[in-house]
This record gives sequence, structure tokens and C-alpha cells, in this order.
Amino acid sequence: MKVLVPVKRVVDYNVKVRVKSDGSGIDTAGVKMSMNPFDEIAVEEAVRLKEQRVASEIIVVSVGINACQDVLRTALAMGADRGVLIAATETLEPLAVAKLLKALVAREIVQLVMMGKQAIDDDMNATGQMLAGILGWPQGTFASKVVITADTATVTREVDSGLETVALALPAVITTDLRLNEPRYASLPNVMRARKKPIEVIAPHELGVEHSPRLTVVNVTEPARRAAGIKVKSVQELVERLRKEAKVI
Amino acid sequence: MGQALVFIEHDGTEIKTQARNAITAGSKLGDVVAVVAGYNVDHIAKAASVISGVKKVVVADDEVFSFALAEPLADLLVHLAPSYSHIIAASTAIGKSIIPRAAGLLDVQPISEVIGIIDANTFVRPIYAGNANATVRSSDTRKLMTVRATSFDPAPPDGATAPIEVFDVAIANTKSRFVSAEVPKNERPELTAARVIVSGGRGLQNGENFRKLIYPIADKLCAAVGASRAAVDAGFVPNDYQVGQTGKIVAPDLYVAIGISGAIQHLAGMKDSKIIVAINKDEDAPIFQVADYGMVGDLFSILPELDRELDCLA
Ligand SMILES: Cc1cc2nc3c(=O)[nH]c(=O)nc-3n(C[C@H](O)[C@H](O)[C@H](O)COP(=O)(O)OP(=O)(O)OC[C@H]3O[C@@H](n4cnc5c(N)ncnc54)[C@H](O)[C@@H]3O)c2cc1C
Ligand SMILES: Nc1ncnc2c1ncn2[C@@H]1O[C@H](COP(=O)(O)O)[C@@H](O)[C@H]1O
Repeated sequence: MKVLVPVKRVVDYNVKVRVKSDGSGIDTAGVKMSMNPFDEIAVEEAVRLKEQRVASEIIVVSVGINACQDVLRTALAMGADRGVLIAATETLEPLAVAKLLKALVAREIVQLVMMGKQAIDDDMNATGQMLAGILGWPQGTFASKVVITADTATVTREVDSGLETVALALPAVITTDLRLNEPRYASLPNVMRARKKPIEVIAPHELGVEHSPRLTVVNVTEPARRAAGIKVKSVQELVERLRKEAKVI
Repeated sequence: MGQALVFIEHDGTEIKTQARNAITAGSKLGDVVAVVAGYNVDHIAKAASVISGVKKVVVADDEVFSFALAEPLADLLVHLAPSYSHIIAASTAIGKSIIPRAAGLLDVQPISEVIGIIDANTFVRPIYAGNANATVRSSDTRKLMTVRATSFDPAPPDGATAPIEVFDVAIANTKSRFVSAEVPKNERPELTAARVIVSGGRGLQNGENFRKLIYPIADKLCAAVGASRAAVDAGFVPNDYQVGQTGKIVAPDLYVAIGISGAIQHLAGMKDSKIIVAINKDEDAPIFQVADYGMVGDLFSILPELDRELDCLA
């Protein structure tokens, strides 16, 4: 079974981002970029499926600028077989990404798409569900456990009340949550080997996708900052202040 | 004004508070029609019909909706869509699963986690774990969105009675099947609805300490218990306790963070709380930058003392 893993290049999760002073967006100049953490988990899960001989081939795909080849290389070093860069000069919204992924799924005859639940830059949490919808496939969102058999994906999902397990008829889209697995670090030999693995670069129109954006950003602002409060010296003082000053207990 | 279809989440017994927050958001955009889906849900439809602001209820009562699976629910929204300018759900696990799926099917770019409504086309939403707010304008004729419950007051549950209409188009689902649910027993208030939350982090060291030190204080304050991801990952508490960018978003009157460092991903989930208390032995822990009241010290001696002090209050 061929598995497709979409990976997004995002500002590293350790970076505290800054809003540009003209309110047009986030200042990403010189900022460390990495693979979206949820996508690393998706790559790891796909590699494990290959090690279990459930997956036959892992294709990783990124939509974006040329520098996205970096995150594709990282995924190849973790064990993916080949990469596809769908070249775009600007950030595309989830609907456009979903349409491109759908076209790639059709071209490659993929049986399973394993992807992150959320990109930590736009925090949309939408692309996987949209892709599943437009493919007419079932979706297993927020997965913390995945078991694949010949025709079924059994997915345990992190939901508000605890955990829920669903059985999906393959082909399906699965989106990963943090506790699904612990992604591996690529070993040096694997990093070297990954340099020789192929990355194909294609343009959106080659996949037959035309899309005009639906959302325009009016502005980006920094949220009101909380002022730090005071330090209390004792438990008595704390309780006293919560009662008399803040009036919350 | 438009027509807003608001998805009413429930657990088979009662309507989730977040659905009432979503109704308030919907009321800002048009006349609210509430859609209730489930199996044997007359009582839920009735309860929805008296929520303040609801002009009509559409009830889809069918076995296919028994377990709130995303595939049939998204199909239901797609069926109903033509009559509405806005389709809204709270950004819960279910809301986040169905709204984007329906949006894909309708060729709409959904807007997630809306925290502010400027006008019918313009919305504010947090990005980068809440480190920035983006105001976005949608050119889609129909808007699909999830709204963050903490940004909209819940609509009162006791307004005038709205008419109930039955949805009777058959919706099939052959692609997904509910297998089982693991719902940890929890007698405390629900995290997203609690007035007070006591949260623990890696500093607690193990689940036993959570039970010994955090739970008694939570009980005395009638509080919900929350946790950092580190505490959940280490297995101290179940996953549904996680507060943060990728867990639950909360904004109680009082949030007590104990042994939590205050990583941006955690702050994203609680920094809109009215009063924040932090207890941490590291005086440079970032959590103190957002805390109204900070106490530097060892939680293992502070918590038993706090417990005794709260006894004196009762
Ligand atoms: C993509 C992504 C998403 C994430 N989403 C979330 C999320 O939703 N929610 C979340 O919480 N995290 C999330 N995280 C993880 C986050 O980055 C932090 O790792 C996590 O919040 C740290 O948890 P902590 O504060 O409990 O642990 P630590 O950072 O280890 O802090 C423990 C604190 O306890 C204090 N302490 C230790 N012993 C004592 C003592 N005896 N008395 C008093 N204080 C003590 C220490 O001083 C320290 O400050 C996410 C990470 C990633 C990459
Ligand atoms: N530009 C992109 N390139 C590759 N994958 C993407 C891209 N945008 C989104 N994704 C995938 O969709 C997931 C969810 O993203 P989002 O819906 O933006 O939160 C991510 O974790 C990725 O797996």
C-alpha cells in the first residue's frame, strides 16, 4: 500500500515569533524553520508501517517554496522513499493544499494519507479533514493509535472526553496527535543516503489545480499582553488575596 | 442579516455548554437555526428550542448519527448548507472534525477558532499558538467556521420556544464505524466549563502526587483538574486533561498552575483566564510572566499548607 505524507515547513516550535510592525504578518526573516511537529509524527508512523511491511512505499510531499526541500530531505532521512515538491511562491491556504493533495493522490494511486492534525503556524487544523471530504474518504482525526489491516484502518482518537476508536474503510486520511509516537532522529548514514533519494518538483497547474485564495489577511496584531502580577510571600497571603482582592474563591 | 446554522453538540443526555457559546457567535451573524443530530434526541431538540436566540431547530434523528461520526455529520451540513450564510460549530474535537470536512465538500475555505467577529465576512483568529491574532476576510459566499467558546458568552438556556423541524433526507455512511470509547470517570466539573481550574505539570513527578496533592485542592475549590502536556505524556493523568495549543482552550475565573513552566504552547490554552496563580520553584519560570499571583517555592510543601488553609475557609 502506498502512503502519502504531506509535510509542511513552519517556524520552529521553540521560536517566539514577532509580529511585523506594519501589521502585515509574522517576521520570519532569519528565523529557524523546521518540519511541522505533527508531520514528523506522521512520517514516523508511515515509516513504522513500512517496517511492518504494511506500507510498500512512502511518498512525502510539501507545498511551498524551494526551501521546503529541506523538510522533504528530513523526511527522506527518517525513511520515506521519495519526495514531491509542489512549487508555490506564496503560502497556500488549506483548501488549495487539499486540492493539490487530492490530485497527487489520484496520480500516485495512494491508499492512505497520513498527515499532521494541525500546522503550528496557521493553527488551522483543517487540511486533512478537507482532503478526506473532497476525496470522499473516511477520516481518522487526532490519532493516538493506528492499526492497519488489508481493508481497514482502526484509529484511536483523542477527543474531548477521552479516547474514541473508529474503524475506517480504506482508503482513508489519518491525522496525527502528539502521543501517536516519538519520531526518530535520522542517523548520519541515513541522512547521507537521503541525499540520493529523488525529489520531483512540479507546478500546481501540472496537477490540473487552479485555485484563487478565499481568505485575505487584513492585518496581524500582537494580542494584548498580560502584565506580570506580584509575588506572594506565603500561602496565607495567597489565599487572603484570592479572597479579598481578586474575589475568586 | 444572514442566516446562521449552528451545530448543537451534545452527549446524548444534554447539550454541551460550548454549543451555547456558538449560538451567541451565530446571533452576531444572523438568525440562528440550531441543528441537532443524533439518535433518539427529541429531548435535546427540545432543550435547543428554548436556548435564547434560537429561531428554529432542525433535528436529524437517525441511527447513522448515533456516535457523532464526521462523515455523516458533514454530509448533513452539506445538505442543509444552501439556506445559510454561515455554518458554525464550537471548536471542539467534533466541531474541528466536521466543519472543515463539510467546507471541503462545499468548496469553502473554513475559518478555524474564531475569537472575534468584525462583520459578516471578517473574523479574528489566533495563529502561532496565540502569539498573534490575524484578522481575515473571506470571499466565500458561504462561511464555515469553528468558534472558540471562551471568546463568546453562552446563550442563556431558557429563552422563548422555537419551532422544531424534522430533517428527513436519508444519509448513509458505509465508510466509518464507531468501535469503542474510553471515557475516564471524572466527577469534577468539565475543564472547558469550570469556573476554577487547578493544573499540574511535570513538577508533580507522578500520578500519585496528582491524586494526593492536586485533587484535594481542586475538590475544595469545586475546580476542574487540568495538566500540561508533559504531565499527560508521562501518564500522570489522562489526555483529556491537557490544556494548551493542541489541548483544551480554557478561560476560567481562576487558573492555578502548579509545577508548570509556562511553555508558549501551554500559555496558548490558558492565558485568557481572569486570574492566574503560579506555584513554581524556579523564580525565572516563564509562567510567572503571566501570573497575577506567583509563589516561588517547593510545591511539595506549599500544597499541603494550601490544603490546610482552604480548610480554614470552609
Ligand atoms: C507541537 C507542540 C504542541 C504542544 N502542545 C502543548 C499543549 O497543548 N499543552 C502543553 O501544556 N504543552 C504543549 N506542548 C509541550 C510544551 O512545549 C512543554 O513541553 C510542556 O508544556 C511542558 O510541560 P511542564 O511545564 O509540565 O514541564 P516542564 O517544562 O518540565 O516544567 C516543569 C516545571 O515544574 C517546576 N517544578 C519542578 N519541581 C517542582 C517543585 N518541587 N515545586 C515547584 N515547582 C517545581 C519546574 O521549575 C518547571 O518550571 C507542545 C509541544 C509541541 C512541540
Ligand atoms: N503547504 C503544505 N505542505 C504540505 N503539507 C501541508 C501544507 N499545509 C498543510 N499541510 C498538511 O496539513 C496538516 C494540517 O495543516 P493545517 O490544516 O494548516 O493546520 C499539516 O500538518 C500538514 O500535514
